[in-house]
Amino acid sequence: MNMVNLTIDGVSVSVPSSYTVLEAAKEAGIKIPTLCYLKDVNQAGACRICLVEIEKARALAAACVMPVSEGMVVHTNSPKVRDTRKNTLEMILSDHNVDCLSCIRNQNCELQTLSQEYGIRKVTFSGVKSSSVMDTKSFSIVRDSSKCVKCGRCVAACQKQSIGLLSFLNRGFETTVGPAFDISMADAPCIYCGQCIVACPVGALYEKEETEQVWNAINDPSKHVVMQVAPAVRAAIGEEFGLPIGTRATGKMFAAIKRLGADKVYDTNFGADLTIMEEGTELINRIKNGGVLPMITSCSPGWVRFCEFYFPEFIPNLSTCKSPHEMEGAIIKTFYAQKNGIDPKDIFVVSVMPCTSKKTEAEREQLVNKDGLKDVDCVITTRELARMIREAGIDFKSLPDDGPDSDLLGEYTGAGVIFGATGGVMEAALRTVADILENKDLPDFEYTQVRGVEADVKEATVNLAGKDIKVAVAHSTAAARKLLDSIKDGTNNDYAFIEVMGCSGGCVCGGGQPIIDAQTLMSIDIRAERAKALYEEDKILPERKSHKNSQINKLYEEFLGEPNGHLSHELLHTSYSKREIYPDSVLED
Amino acid sequence: MSIIKLTPEEQATKLEAVLSKYKGQGQKALMSTLQQAQEIYGYLPLPVQRKVADALDVSVANVYGVISFYSFFSLKPKGEYAFNVCLGTACYVKGSQALLDKIEESLGIKSGDVTEDTKFSISSCRCVGACGLAPVLLVNDDVYGRLTPDEIPAIIAKYKEEANV
Repeated sequence: MNMVNLTIDGVSVSVPSSYTVLEAAKEAGIKIPTLCYLKDVNQAGACRICLVEIEKARALAAACVMPVSEGMVVHTNSPKVRDTRKNTLEMILSDHNVDCLSCIRNQNCELQTLSQEYGIRKVTFSGVKSSSVMDTKSFSIVRDSSKCVKCGRCVAACQKQSIGLLSFLNRGFETTVGPAFDISMADAPCIYCGQCIVACPVGALYEKEETEQVWNAINDPSKHVVMQVAPAVRAAIGEEFGLPIGTRATGKMFAAIKRLGADKVYDTNFGADLTIMEEGTELINRIKNGGVLPMITSCSPGWVRFCEFYFPEFIPNLSTCKSPHEMEGAIIKTFYAQKNGIDPKDIFVVSVMPCTSKKTEAEREQLVNKDGLKDVDCVITTRELARMIREAGIDFKSLPDDGPDSDLLGEYTGAGVIFGATGGVMEAALRTVADILENKDLPDFEYTQVRGVEADVKEATVNLAGKDIKVAVAHSTAAARKLLDSIKDGTNNDYAFIEVMGCSGGCVCGGGQPIIDAQTLMSIDIRAERAKALYEEDKILPERKSHKNSQINKLYEEFLGEPNGHLSHELLHTSYSKREIYPDSVLED
Repeated sequence: MSIIKLTPEEQATKLEAVLSKYKGQGQKALMSTLQQAQEIYGYLPLPVQRKVADALDVSVANVYGVISFYSFFSLKPKGEYAFNVCLGTACYVKGSQALLDKIEESLGIKSGDVTEDTKFSISSCRCVGACGLAPVLLVNDDVYGRLTPDEIPAIIAKYKEEANV
């Protein structure tokens, strides 16, 4: 590798010639502030916060885009640099809706942090503020352009998903960021993955909050509130309370949720185990009966929407299985209700999810039962759960460990836990399908070839009962696009089973997860760290295959009959439909 | 000179020809494609934007972003006779705002709009590169230089006659 020597604030460093000044400074242990920069997502040199002084250069340079060169002498902290950064910050603040105290990103805002670090005491520039849009129409995402700093991180994040829903619109002072025609995200072909939210440094994009509905249900004596928590939540909730990234906080998470006052708390891992029973059986049936292959997983609602909008020709490939929390909701409002003698109308199911797309998924008309009841009444994100915990005055870090309620839907296996990481659903399915086909308890069930975040599309050939089948795993919709395009053009025509997750890294990095600032993301791959927490839990659980979940087996014995049976089809399976992209009707209003 | 009116079928065929030329070329071909599409339609309605996005393999938001950035591109249909007043620095200093006001008054519509019979529309632009003729008015491809507001009624009358209004 070609190395380059340079000096930054008197520190000599030797870095690869492909580095930028920002990366070189990081290597030298010197922090250069950033705002529009987001590693692997946005590198635009647009905000001018990372300006540095380079000796013999004509003007200050943006460190995030400035390549290093031999003998370069950089000053990151000269009076000129500090003054310019302050000026830039004040300019940004002069057109920013500075209502920090009531902002959703209060204390987790990169602009606020910079203003604090640079001692901005007042904004000297006054004048007209640009007009703004407050888009609250969707079930998932709110866009408040009065907070937007036009850094372009959301635009780049959406582009990275290969969707490009958001763009810079108009010009100069009138510039905004939004979908075409500045219409609502609800009318645009948005999949609600929420990657724009976790990319946003400020409070311009955030989830549609539903914590109030949850509190109301909990406080309503006529409601029987059942809360369920997705596997990925435990891998990140600790971050909201100052625990290191990658901390497995399962015990404290359940203790905290129980204290919020729900009548019952379950793990969506039960639903994940149930999904494997149904999806595994569906796969075996498709292979045996010449059904449509490859079968593609349907757990990720962002991915499902992506398929409905951008690849409707693959709808027959989608597994008809509902996603785990929807299955669990359906079982809670039938089996659980019967067992406990509760009228399903009085049950309020809350799903705590790492995902913003799940909020819209819960509103799908296909997920309303024949009595007009939604399988899941309300979805809150990991961040919203953290807010509720704080609001309840619970000291998360000092809670004793606890678990979900143990009756009926309380058990889960390691296979369910790993659903939260890319490759997890595939591995969980293979563990069960292999055992069923060979009719034994196979000792080698770790399919590590489908794990990891290095490649965005992973391939493996696995031997199931003497037959080789080819599988693929894609995480991020860009990876899904790449994979599906390769199937369409005939490059890949022999896959039997594909797992797709809408977000890179899988659910652990969903759009509802805690937001990590750009400076931290420069040195930590949160996809890998959070996934570790899940694989750790998988390892310590007594059962690690979904079909060995004794409560799942009881559910089939006492209620459902058999996987893919009549009742399963009614309660646990669903359908999909093609969606139009920017139909002419979006402009009628 | 008036715009040669194309039938919707002719427009579609012409657009198809343009799109096949730039197919799959992405962002770099966007400006040329939009310019030629606008020549065909007179403006860039949503269905045209969708087709351009599809052909070039860019997002509709991206297409709209470029259209809304450049005042040259129009989201509204133009009249058969499109009045375009230059508000660039030289023309503005030479009083082009008064020309614009007079045209708005005479046609009874505002800049950016089109008359009900779709015969006339008014827009403004920034510099047509003929500063020596300031202030400049364009009617389709006809250029009028060193104009004063009192010359406007005669110009409008000429086009009204041509348009049989």
